[in-house]
Amino acid sequence: MTPDEILQGLYDRTLVGNGPGVLELTHQALGMDMEPQVLLFDALIPALEEVGARFERGDFFVPEMLIAGKAMAGSMEVLRPLLADTGVQTVGTFLMGTVKGDVHDIGKNLVNIMLEGAGFEVIDLGVQVAPEKFVAAIEEHQPDVVGFSAFLTTTMPMFKANMNALEKAGIRDEVIVMVGGAPVTQEYADAVGADGYAADASATVKKAKALLADRRARTGAGVLA
Amino acid sequence: MSPAWGSSALAGSGPLHTVLRSATKEVVIGSDQRFCVIGERINPTGRKTFQAQLREGDLSAIERDVEAQVAGGADVLDVNMGVPLTDEADLLVRAIQVVQARTDLPVCIDSSVVEALEAGLEAYQGRALVNSVTAEDERLEAILPLVKKHDAAVIALPNDADEIPMESGKRLELVEKIVRVATQEYGIALQDIVIDPLAMPIGADSTVGITTLETVAGVHERWGLNMTCGASNVSFGMPGRHAINAAWLPLAMAAGMTSAIMDARTAEVVDAVRAADLLLGHDEWGMSWIGTHRARQAAAAT
Repeated sequence: MTPDEILQGLYDRTLVGNGPGVLELTHQALGMDMEPQVLLFDALIPALEEVGARFERGDFFVPEMLIAGKAMAGSMEVLRPLLADTGVQTVGTFLMGTVKGDVHDIGKNLVNIMLEGAGFEVIDLGVQVAPEKFVAAIEEHQPDVVGFSAFLTTTMPMFKANMNALEKAGIRDEVIVMVGGAPVTQEYADAVGADGYAADASATVKKAKALLADRRARTGAGVLA
Repeated sequence: MSPAWGSSALAGSGPLHTVLRSATKEVVIGSDQRFCVIGERINPTGRKTFQAQLREGDLSAIERDVEAQVAGGADVLDVNMGVPLTDEADLLVRAIQVVQARTDLPVCIDSSVVEALEAGLEAYQGRALVNSVTAEDERLEAILPLVKKHDAAVIALPNDADEIPMESGKRLELVEKIVRVATQEYGIALQDIVIDPLAMPIGADSTVGITTLETVAGVHERWGLNMTCGASNVSFGMPGRHAINAAWLPLAMAAGMTSAIMDARTAEVVDAVRAADLLLGHDEWGMSWIGTHRARQAAAAT
Protein backbone atom coordinates (compact mmCIF):
# COMPACT_ATOMS: atom_id res chain seq x y z
CA MET A 1 0.00 0.00 0.00
CA THR A 2 1.18 3.51 -0.71
CA PRO A 3 0.99 6.13 2.05
CA ASP A 4 -1.97 7.71 0.24
CA GLU A 5 -3.77 4.38 0.15
CA ILE A 6 -3.09 3.93 3.87
CA LEU A 7 -4.56 7.35 4.64
CA GLN A 8 -7.59 6.68 2.46
CA GLY A 9 -8.05 3.28 4.13
CA LEU A 10 -7.76 4.79 7.60
CA TYR A 11 -10.32 7.43 6.70
CA ASP A 12 -12.75 4.89 5.19
CA ARG A 13 -12.43 2.42 8.06
CA THR A 14 -12.78 5.11 10.73
CA LEU A 15 -15.87 6.47 9.02
CA VAL A 16 -17.62 3.09 9.22
CA GLY A 17 -16.32 2.33 12.72
CA ASN A 18 -14.12 -0.63 11.77
CA GLY A 19 -11.94 -0.59 14.90
CA PRO A 20 -9.72 -3.62 14.18
CA GLY A 21 -9.21 -2.40 10.60
CA VAL A 22 -8.17 1.06 11.78
CA LEU A 23 -5.73 -0.40 14.29
CA GLU A 24 -4.21 -2.69 11.66
CA LEU A 25 -3.62 0.20 9.25
CA THR A 26 -2.23 2.36 12.07
CA HIS A 27 0.45 -0.23 12.79
CA GLN A 28 1.10 -0.74 9.10
CA ALA A 29 1.53 3.00 8.60
CA LEU A 30 3.94 3.34 11.51
CA GLY A 31 5.87 0.34 10.16
CA MET A 32 6.30 2.36 6.95
CA ASP A 33 7.61 5.28 9.03
CA MET A 34 4.60 7.48 8.32
CA GLU A 35 4.35 10.41 10.75
CA PRO A 36 1.75 9.95 13.52
CA GLN A 37 0.52 13.54 13.09
CA VAL A 38 -0.14 12.85 9.41
CA LEU A 39 -2.35 9.91 10.35
CA LEU A 40 -4.16 12.08 12.86
CA PHE A 41 -4.66 15.24 10.83
CA ASP A 42 -5.02 13.73 7.35
CA ALA A 43 -7.14 10.69 8.11
CA LEU A 44 -8.62 10.31 11.58
CA ILE A 45 -9.79 13.87 12.24
CA PRO A 46 -11.22 14.34 8.72
CA ALA A 47 -13.11 11.04 9.14
CA LEU A 48 -14.70 12.18 12.40
CA GLU A 49 -15.48 15.57 10.84
CA GLU A 50 -17.36 13.73 8.12
CA VAL A 51 -19.16 11.67 10.81
CA GLY A 52 -20.24 14.94 12.47
CA ALA A 53 -21.38 16.41 9.16
CA ARG A 54 -23.41 13.32 8.30
CA PHE A 55 -24.91 13.29 11.80
CA GLU A 56 -25.98 16.90 11.42
CA ARG A 57 -27.60 16.11 8.07
CA GLY A 58 -29.46 13.19 9.62
CA ASP A 59 -27.57 10.66 7.48
CA PHE A 60 -25.68 9.18 10.44
CA PHE A 61 -27.07 8.00 13.77
CA VAL A 62 -25.83 7.79 17.34
CA PRO A 63 -24.42 4.23 17.17
CA GLU A 64 -22.43 5.10 14.03
CA MET A 65 -21.00 8.14 15.79
CA LEU A 66 -20.05 5.95 18.75
CA ILE A 67 -18.31 3.20 16.78
CA ALA A 68 -16.43 5.72 14.62
CA GLY A 69 -15.27 7.44 17.81
CA LYS A 70 -14.21 4.12 19.30
CA ALA A 71 -12.32 3.18 16.13
CA MET A 72 -10.41 6.45 16.28
CA ALA A 73 -9.79 6.06 20.01
CA GLY A 74 -8.17 2.66 19.38
CA SER A 75 -5.75 4.23 16.94
CA MET A 76 -5.12 7.18 19.26
CA GLU A 77 -3.98 4.83 22.03
CA VAL A 78 -1.11 3.86 19.76
CA LEU A 79 -0.49 7.35 18.38
CA ARG A 80 -0.79 9.44 21.56
CA PRO A 81 2.63 8.56 23.08
CA LEU A 82 4.27 9.08 19.69
CA LEU A 83 2.53 12.42 19.21
CA ALA A 84 3.69 13.49 22.66
CA ASP A 85 7.27 12.60 21.69
CA THR A 86 7.11 14.70 18.53
CA GLY A 87 5.74 17.65 20.51
CA VAL A 88 2.69 18.02 18.25
CA GLN A 89 0.09 20.17 19.95
CA THR A 90 -3.47 18.96 20.24
CA VAL A 91 -6.32 21.16 19.03
CA GLY A 92 -6.96 21.98 22.67
CA THR A 93 -7.69 20.48 26.05
CA PHE A 94 -11.32 20.07 27.09
CA LEU A 95 -12.19 19.34 30.71
CA MET A 96 -15.64 17.79 31.01
CA GLY A 97 -17.97 16.79 33.81
CA THR A 98 -21.61 16.29 34.80
CA VAL A 99 -22.46 18.71 37.61
CA LYS A 100 -22.98 17.82 41.26
CA GLY A 101 -26.35 16.21 41.97
CA ASP A 102 -26.58 14.75 38.49
CA VAL A 103 -25.59 11.22 37.41
CA HIS A 104 -26.55 11.41 33.72
CA ASP A 105 -23.70 10.80 31.32
CA ILE A 106 -24.91 9.46 27.97
CA GLY A 107 -24.99 12.87 26.30
CA LYS A 108 -21.72 13.96 27.89
CA ASN A 109 -20.00 10.80 26.65
CA LEU A 110 -21.20 11.42 23.10
CA VAL A 111 -19.81 14.95 23.26
CA ASN A 112 -16.47 13.59 24.54
CA ILE A 113 -16.22 11.21 21.59
CA MET A 114 -16.81 13.95 19.06
CA LEU A 115 -14.35 16.26 20.80
CA GLU A 116 -11.67 13.57 20.75
CA GLY A 117 -12.58 12.94 17.15
CA ALA A 118 -11.84 16.58 16.40
CA GLY A 119 -8.41 16.29 17.99
CA PHE A 120 -9.15 17.65 21.44
CA GLU A 121 -7.55 16.08 24.47
CA VAL A 122 -10.55 15.34 26.68
CA ILE A 123 -10.27 14.97 30.45
CA ASP A 124 -13.53 13.54 31.75
CA LEU A 125 -14.21 14.04 35.47
CA GLY A 126 -17.31 11.82 35.28
CA VAL A 127 -20.62 12.54 37.03
CA GLN A 128 -21.47 14.30 40.31
CA VAL A 129 -18.56 16.72 39.92
CA ALA A 130 -18.58 19.32 42.71
CA PRO A 131 -17.54 22.94 42.02
CA GLU A 132 -14.32 22.56 44.05
CA LYS A 133 -13.43 19.48 42.01
CA PHE A 134 -13.81 21.47 38.76
CA VAL A 135 -11.61 24.20 40.24
CA ALA A 136 -8.91 21.73 41.33
CA ALA A 137 -8.95 19.99 37.93
CA ILE A 138 -8.70 23.31 36.06
CA GLU A 139 -5.72 24.28 38.19
CA GLU A 140 -4.12 20.90 37.62
CA HIS A 141 -4.73 20.42 33.88
CA GLN A 142 -5.05 24.04 32.71
CA PRO A 143 -7.56 23.16 30.00
CA ASP A 144 -8.56 25.52 27.20
CA VAL A 145 -12.24 24.77 27.69
CA VAL A 146 -14.29 23.41 30.58
CA GLY A 147 -17.72 21.87 29.93
CA PHE A 148 -20.51 21.56 32.51
CA SER A 149 -23.24 19.05 31.69
CA ALA A 150 -26.66 18.83 33.38
CA PHE A 151 -29.70 16.75 32.51
CA LEU A 152 -32.19 18.06 35.08
CA THR A 153 -33.77 21.45 35.66
CA THR A 154 -32.84 20.97 39.33
CA THR A 155 -29.14 20.45 38.63
CA MET A 156 -28.77 23.24 36.03
CA PRO A 157 -28.34 25.84 38.80
CA MET A 158 -25.00 24.12 39.53
CA PHE A 159 -23.68 25.91 36.43
CA LYS A 160 -23.92 29.16 38.34
CA ALA A 161 -22.40 27.57 41.46
CA ASN A 162 -19.50 26.34 39.33
CA MET A 163 -19.06 29.79 37.76
CA ASN A 164 -18.98 31.33 41.22
CA ALA A 165 -16.37 28.82 42.36
CA LEU A 166 -14.23 29.66 39.32
CA GLU A 167 -14.59 33.38 40.03
CA LYS A 168 -13.67 32.86 43.65
CA ALA A 169 -10.58 30.84 42.74
CA GLY A 170 -9.59 33.64 40.36
CA ILE A 171 -9.50 31.36 37.31
CA ARG A 172 -12.71 32.35 35.53
CA ASP A 173 -10.90 34.19 32.75
CA GLU A 174 -8.28 31.50 32.26
CA VAL A 175 -10.71 29.07 30.72
CA ILE A 176 -13.56 29.05 28.21
CA VAL A 177 -16.74 27.78 29.85
CA MET A 178 -19.31 25.79 27.88
CA VAL A 179 -22.58 24.36 29.19
CA GLY A 180 -24.99 21.79 27.79
CA GLY A 181 -27.59 19.11 28.46
CA ALA A 182 -31.16 18.27 27.48
CA PRO A 183 -32.99 21.11 29.31
CA VAL A 184 -30.27 23.75 28.74
CA THR A 185 -30.91 26.64 26.38
CA GLN A 186 -28.82 29.50 24.95
CA GLU A 187 -30.75 31.90 27.20
CA TYR A 188 -29.84 29.86 30.25
CA ALA A 189 -26.19 29.68 29.19
CA ASP A 190 -26.18 33.47 28.83
CA ALA A 191 -27.88 33.92 32.19
CA VAL A 192 -25.21 31.95 34.06
CA GLY A 193 -22.43 33.77 32.21
CA ALA A 194 -21.11 30.83 30.18
CA ASP A 195 -19.05 31.54 27.07
CA GLY A 196 -20.84 29.00 24.95
CA TYR A 197 -23.69 26.56 24.57
CA ALA A 198 -24.37 23.87 22.00
CA ALA A 199 -27.39 21.65 21.50
CA ASP A 200 -25.62 18.44 20.48
CA ALA A 201 -22.24 16.71 20.24
CA SER A 202 -21.43 17.86 16.75
CA ALA A 203 -22.40 21.46 17.46
CA THR A 204 -20.28 21.41 20.63
CA VAL A 205 -17.16 20.64 18.60
CA LYS A 206 -17.83 23.53 16.23
CA LYS A 207 -18.58 25.91 19.04
CA ALA A 208 -15.53 24.89 21.08
CA LYS A 209 -13.26 25.33 18.06
CA ALA A 210 -14.78 28.71 17.25
CA LEU A 211 -14.45 29.95 20.83
CA LEU A 212 -10.88 28.70 20.99
CA ALA A 213 -9.91 30.31 17.68
CA ASP A 214 -11.49 33.55 18.84
CA ARG A 215 -9.59 33.49 22.11
CA ARG A 216 -6.28 32.60 20.46
CA ALA A 217 -6.77 35.39 17.91
CA ARG A 218 -7.32 37.85 20.75
CA THR A 219 -4.39 36.62 22.82
CA GLY A 220 -2.15 36.33 19.79
CA ALA A 221 -1.45 32.63 20.24
CA GLY A 222 -1.20 30.37 17.21
CA VAL A 223 -4.32 28.64 16.01
CA LEU A 224 -4.22 24.95 15.19
CA ALA A 225 -6.69 23.05 13.03
CA MET B 1 -36.47 -13.70 32.67
CA SER B 2 -39.85 -15.05 33.62
CA PRO B 3 -42.92 -13.65 31.92
CA ALA B 4 -45.44 -11.31 33.49
CA TRP B 5 -48.15 -13.93 33.38
CA GLY B 6 -46.00 -16.12 35.63
CA SER B 7 -46.48 -16.05 39.38
CA SER B 8 -45.30 -13.00 41.27
CA ALA B 9 -44.44 -12.94 44.95
CA LEU B 10 -47.85 -11.45 45.63
CA ALA B 11 -49.91 -13.62 43.31
CA GLY B 12 -51.90 -14.98 46.23
CA SER B 13 -53.26 -11.56 47.18
CA GLY B 14 -53.99 -10.48 43.61
CA PRO B 15 -52.31 -7.85 41.44
CA LEU B 16 -51.49 -4.48 42.98
CA HIS B 17 -53.74 -1.68 41.76
CA THR B 18 -52.44 1.86 41.52
CA VAL B 19 -55.57 4.01 41.60
CA LEU B 20 -55.38 7.51 40.08
CA ARG B 21 -58.25 9.98 39.99
CA SER B 22 -59.25 13.32 38.61
CA ALA B 23 -62.25 15.07 40.17
CA THR B 24 -64.58 12.75 38.25
CA LYS B 25 -62.64 9.90 36.66
CA GLU B 26 -60.71 6.92 38.02
CA VAL B 27 -57.90 5.08 36.23
CA VAL B 28 -56.41 1.84 37.56
CA ILE B 29 -52.88 0.67 36.72
CA GLY B 30 -52.33 -3.05 37.26
CA SER B 31 -50.98 -6.20 35.66
CA ASP B 32 -54.55 -7.42 35.11
CA GLN B 33 -55.58 -4.12 33.48
CA ARG B 34 -55.21 -2.63 30.04
CA PHE B 35 -51.83 -0.92 29.71
CA CYS B 36 -51.94 2.63 31.03
CA VAL B 37 -50.88 5.18 28.40
CA ILE B 38 -49.51 8.30 30.08
CA GLY B 39 -49.41 11.07 27.46
CA GLU B 40 -45.97 12.71 27.53
CA ARG B 41 -46.43 15.72 25.32
CA ILE B 42 -47.23 18.45 27.86
CA ASN B 43 -43.53 19.09 28.34
CA PRO B 44 -41.47 22.03 27.04
CA THR B 45 -38.10 20.22 27.01
CA GLY B 46 -36.59 20.67 23.56
CA ARG B 47 -39.56 22.77 22.32
CA LYS B 48 -38.27 26.29 21.78
CA THR B 49 -41.52 27.98 20.76
CA PHE B 50 -43.46 26.37 23.60
CA GLN B 51 -40.79 27.48 26.08
CA ALA B 52 -40.94 31.05 24.84
CA GLN B 53 -44.75 31.04 25.11
CA LEU B 54 -44.63 29.69 28.65
CA ARG B 55 -42.10 32.33 29.64
CA GLU B 56 -44.59 34.93 28.41
CA GLY B 57 -47.32 33.26 30.44
CA ASP B 58 -49.08 31.93 27.33
CA LEU B 59 -50.38 28.44 28.14
CA SER B 60 -52.61 28.06 25.09
CA ALA B 61 -50.37 25.42 23.47
CA ILE B 62 -51.22 23.13 26.38
CA GLU B 63 -54.85 23.07 25.32
CA ARG B 64 -53.91 21.75 21.89
CA ASP B 65 -51.55 19.19 23.43
CA VAL B 66 -54.24 17.95 25.79
CA GLU B 67 -56.69 17.54 22.93
CA ALA B 68 -54.18 15.63 20.81
CA GLN B 69 -53.17 13.28 23.64
CA VAL B 70 -56.79 12.60 24.58
CA ALA B 71 -57.71 11.98 20.94
CA GLY B 72 -54.76 9.59 20.66
CA GLY B 73 -56.07 7.49 23.54
CA ALA B 74 -54.08 8.65 26.57
CA ASP B 75 -55.35 7.33 29.93
CA VAL B 76 -53.35 9.78 32.07
CA LEU B 77 -51.57 13.02 31.15
CA ASP B 78 -48.03 13.82 32.27
CA VAL B 79 -47.61 17.53 32.97
CA ASN B 80 -44.06 18.92 33.05
CA MET B 81 -43.28 22.64 33.11
CA GLY B 82 -39.50 22.46 33.37
CA VAL B 83 -38.70 25.78 31.71
CA PRO B 84 -35.39 27.29 32.77
CA LEU B 85 -35.50 30.75 34.36
CA THR B 86 -39.17 30.64 35.29
CA ASP B 87 -41.14 30.06 38.47
CA GLU B 88 -41.71 26.39 37.77
CA ALA B 89 -44.07 25.91 40.72
CA ASP B 90 -46.34 28.71 39.52
CA LEU B 91 -46.30 27.50 35.91
CA LEU B 92 -47.02 23.92 36.95
CA VAL B 93 -50.02 24.97 39.04
CA ARG B 94 -51.45 26.98 36.15
CA ALA B 95 -50.78 24.15 33.68
CA ILE B 96 -52.54 21.64 35.93
CA GLN B 97 -55.54 23.98 36.13
CA VAL B 98 -55.63 24.32 32.34
CA VAL B 99 -55.38 20.55 31.90
CA GLN B 100 -58.09 19.83 34.47
CA ALA B 101 -60.39 22.35 32.84
CA ARG B 102 -59.98 20.59 29.48
CA THR B 103 -60.09 16.92 30.41
CA ASP B 104 -61.18 14.55 33.15
CA LEU B 105 -58.08 12.34 32.76
CA PRO B 106 -55.93 12.02 35.88
CA VAL B 107 -52.57 13.81 35.87
CA CYS B 108 -49.00 12.72 36.42
CA ILE B 109 -47.27 15.70 38.05
CA ASP B 110 -43.76 15.77 36.60
CA SER B 111 -40.96 17.87 38.06
CA SER B 112 -37.55 17.47 39.63
CA VAL B 113 -38.22 20.61 41.70
CA VAL B 114 -39.67 19.64 45.08
CA GLU B 115 -41.46 23.00 45.54
CA ALA B 116 -43.12 22.57 42.15
CA LEU B 117 -44.32 19.06 43.04
CA GLU B 118 -45.70 20.39 46.31
CA ALA B 119 -47.54 23.29 44.66
CA GLY B 120 -48.81 20.97 41.93
CA LEU B 121 -50.17 18.50 44.48
CA GLU B 122 -51.89 21.33 46.38
CA ALA B 123 -53.58 22.54 43.21
CA TYR B 124 -54.54 19.16 41.78
CA GLN B 125 -58.12 17.94 42.11
CA GLY B 126 -57.99 14.20 42.64
CA ARG B 127 -55.37 11.51 43.28
CA ALA B 128 -52.21 12.25 41.31
CA LEU B 129 -49.17 10.28 40.23
CA VAL B 130 -45.95 12.07 41.23
CA ASN B 131 -43.05 11.92 38.76
CA SER B 132 -40.64 11.23 40.41
CA VAL B 133 -38.39 10.20 43.25
CA THR B 134 -35.05 8.35 43.09
CA ALA B 135 -33.28 6.12 45.61
CA GLU B 136 -31.22 9.12 46.81
CA ASP B 137 -31.81 9.73 50.54
CA GLU B 138 -32.27 13.47 50.02
CA ARG B 139 -34.96 12.95 47.35
CA LEU B 140 -36.78 10.26 49.34
CA GLU B 141 -36.85 12.51 52.40
CA ALA B 142 -38.15 15.50 50.46
CA ILE B 143 -40.73 13.86 48.20
CA LEU B 144 -42.22 10.87 50.05
CA PRO B 145 -43.81 13.00 52.82
CA LEU B 146 -45.58 15.02 50.10
CA VAL B 147 -46.82 11.85 48.44
CA LYS B 148 -48.15 10.59 51.77
CA LYS B 149 -49.69 13.93 52.77
CA HIS B 150 -51.60 14.29 49.51
CA ASP B 151 -52.51 10.59 49.26
CA ALA B 152 -50.83 10.33 45.87
CA ALA B 153 -48.92 7.58 44.08
CA VAL B 154 -45.28 8.00 43.12
CA ILE B 155 -42.95 6.95 40.30
CA ALA B 156 -39.56 5.85 41.67
CA LEU B 157 -36.33 5.45 39.70
CA PRO B 158 -33.64 3.01 40.88
CA ASN B 159 -30.68 5.35 40.60
CA ASP B 160 -28.80 6.84 43.54
CA ALA B 161 -26.41 9.71 44.07
CA ASP B 162 -23.49 7.73 42.65
CA GLU B 163 -24.78 6.36 39.40
CA ILE B 164 -27.44 5.05 37.09
CA PRO B 165 -26.65 1.35 37.58
CA MET B 166 -26.06 -0.56 34.37
CA GLU B 167 -26.76 -3.99 35.92
CA SER B 168 -30.25 -5.15 36.80
CA GLY B 169 -29.04 -6.60 40.13
CA LYS B 170 -27.96 -3.17 41.36
CA ARG B 171 -31.20 -1.61 40.14
CA LEU B 172 -33.18 -4.23 42.06
CA GLU B 173 -31.17 -3.45 45.21
CA LEU B 174 -32.20 0.18 44.85
CA VAL B 175 -35.84 -0.82 44.26
CA GLU B 176 -35.62 -2.78 47.50
CA LYS B 177 -34.35 0.32 49.29
CA ILE B 178 -37.11 2.49 47.82
CA VAL B 179 -39.79 -0.03 48.80
CA ARG B 180 -38.40 -0.37 52.33
CA VAL B 181 -38.13 3.37 52.94
CA ALA B 182 -41.47 4.25 51.34
CA THR B 183 -43.50 1.56 53.10
CA GLN B 184 -41.74 1.39 56.49
CA GLU B 185 -40.66 4.99 57.05
CA TYR B 186 -43.43 6.87 55.28
CA GLY B 187 -46.34 4.43 55.37
CA ILE B 188 -46.87 4.50 51.62
CA ALA B 189 -48.74 1.45 50.32
CA LEU B 190 -47.00 -0.92 47.89
CA GLN B 191 -49.63 -0.28 45.25
CA ASP B 192 -48.79 3.43 45.29
CA ILE B 193 -45.15 2.81 44.31
CA VAL B 194 -44.67 2.71 40.54
CA ILE B 195 -41.14 1.73 39.51
CA ASP B 196 -39.47 3.24 36.46
CA PRO B 197 -36.82 0.60 35.66
CA LEU B 198 -34.85 3.14 33.56
CA ALA B 199 -35.32 2.63 29.83
CA MET B 200 -32.12 3.90 28.21
CA PRO B 201 -31.20 4.65 24.57
CA ILE B 202 -30.38 1.41 22.76
CA GLY B 203 -28.37 3.43 20.24
CA ALA B 204 -25.81 4.33 22.89
CA ASP B 205 -25.34 0.78 24.21
CA SER B 206 -26.75 -2.42 22.73
CA THR B 207 -27.11 -4.11 26.15
CA VAL B 208 -29.45 -1.62 27.85
CA GLY B 209 -32.67 -3.16 26.52
CA ILE B 210 -31.97 -6.52 28.17
CA THR B 211 -30.83 -4.82 31.41
CA THR B 212 -34.12 -2.97 31.65
CA LEU B 213 -36.21 -6.03 30.74
CA GLU B 214 -34.40 -8.04 33.45
CA THR B 215 -35.17 -5.26 35.92
CA VAL B 216 -38.83 -5.26 34.90
CA ALA B 217 -39.08 -9.03 35.32
CA GLY B 218 -37.28 -8.86 38.67
CA VAL B 219 -39.55 -6.14 40.05
CA HIS B 220 -42.61 -8.03 38.86
CA GLU B 221 -41.50 -11.32 40.43
CA ARG B 222 -40.31 -9.98 43.76
CA TRP B 223 -42.83 -7.27 44.55
CA GLY B 224 -45.49 -7.34 41.84
CA LEU B 225 -45.21 -3.56 41.69
CA ASN B 226 -46.62 -1.51 38.86
CA MET B 227 -44.06 -0.02 36.49
CA THR B 228 -43.74 2.73 33.95
CA CYS B 229 -40.99 4.08 31.70
CA GLY B 230 -40.19 6.93 29.36
CA ALA B 231 -40.86 4.86 26.24
CA SER B 232 -39.35 7.29 23.74
CA ASN B 233 -35.96 7.17 25.48
CA VAL B 234 -35.17 3.76 24.01
CA SER B 235 -35.07 5.02 20.42
CA PHE B 236 -33.07 8.22 21.01
CA GLY B 237 -30.52 8.82 18.25
CA MET B 238 -31.95 6.14 15.94
CA PRO B 239 -33.90 6.28 12.70
CA GLY B 240 -37.40 4.77 12.65
CA ARG B 241 -38.05 5.72 16.25
CA HIS B 242 -41.75 4.88 16.24
CA ALA B 243 -41.11 1.31 15.11
CA ILE B 244 -38.51 0.84 17.87
CA ASN B 245 -40.88 2.22 20.51
CA ALA B 246 -43.66 0.02 19.12
CA ALA B 247 -41.45 -3.07 19.53
CA TRP B 248 -40.15 -2.02 22.94
CA LEU B 249 -43.45 -1.63 24.73
CA PRO B 250 -44.89 -5.10 24.01
CA LEU B 251 -41.55 -6.63 25.08
CA ALA B 252 -41.68 -4.64 28.31
CA MET B 253 -45.35 -5.51 28.81
CA ALA B 254 -44.60 -9.22 28.51
CA ALA B 255 -41.98 -8.80 31.26
CA GLY B 256 -44.39 -6.93 33.57
CA MET B 257 -44.47 -3.24 32.57
CA THR B 258 -47.94 -1.86 33.27
CA SER B 259 -47.77 1.72 31.96
CA ALA B 260 -45.56 4.06 29.96
CA ILE B 261 -45.04 7.76 29.53
CA MET B 262 -45.31 8.02 25.76
CA ASP B 263 -46.59 10.17 22.92
CA ALA B 264 -50.23 9.16 22.52
CA ARG B 265 -50.38 10.99 19.16
CA THR B 266 -48.34 8.25 17.51
CA ALA B 267 -50.90 5.67 16.38
CA GLU B 268 -48.19 3.15 15.46
CA VAL B 269 -47.02 2.97 19.09
CA VAL B 270 -50.46 3.14 20.70
CA ASP B 271 -51.70 0.39 18.35
CA ALA B 272 -48.75 -1.83 19.32
CA VAL B 273 -49.67 -1.39 22.99
CA ARG B 274 -53.34 -2.13 22.41
CA ALA B 275 -52.52 -5.20 20.30
CA ALA B 276 -50.24 -6.43 23.11
CA ASP B 277 -53.11 -5.85 25.58
CA LEU B 278 -55.26 -8.09 23.40
CA LEU B 279 -52.58 -10.77 23.14
CA LEU B 280 -51.86 -10.73 26.88
CA GLY B 281 -55.54 -11.25 27.65
CA HIS B 282 -56.33 -7.74 28.86
CA ASP B 283 -58.95 -7.01 26.20
CA GLU B 284 -61.68 -9.60 26.55
CA TRP B 285 -62.88 -10.91 23.21
CA GLY B 286 -60.95 -8.06 21.61
CA MET B 287 -63.90 -5.74 22.12
CA SER B 288 -61.73 -2.68 22.66
CA TRP B 289 -59.55 -3.51 19.63
CA ILE B 290 -62.58 -4.06 17.43
CA GLY B 291 -64.26 -0.92 18.78
CA THR B 292 -61.23 1.17 17.85
CA HIS B 293 -61.25 -0.32 14.36
CA ARG B 294 -64.94 0.54 13.94
CA ALA B 295 -64.50 4.07 15.22
CA ARG B 296 -61.72 4.63 12.68
CA GLN B 297 -63.85 3.18 9.88
CA ALA B 298 -66.65 5.52 10.83
CA ALA B 299 -64.30 8.50 11.02
CA ALA B 300 -62.85 7.63 7.59
CA ALA B 301 -66.31 7.34 6.07
CA THR B 302 -67.41 10.84 7.10
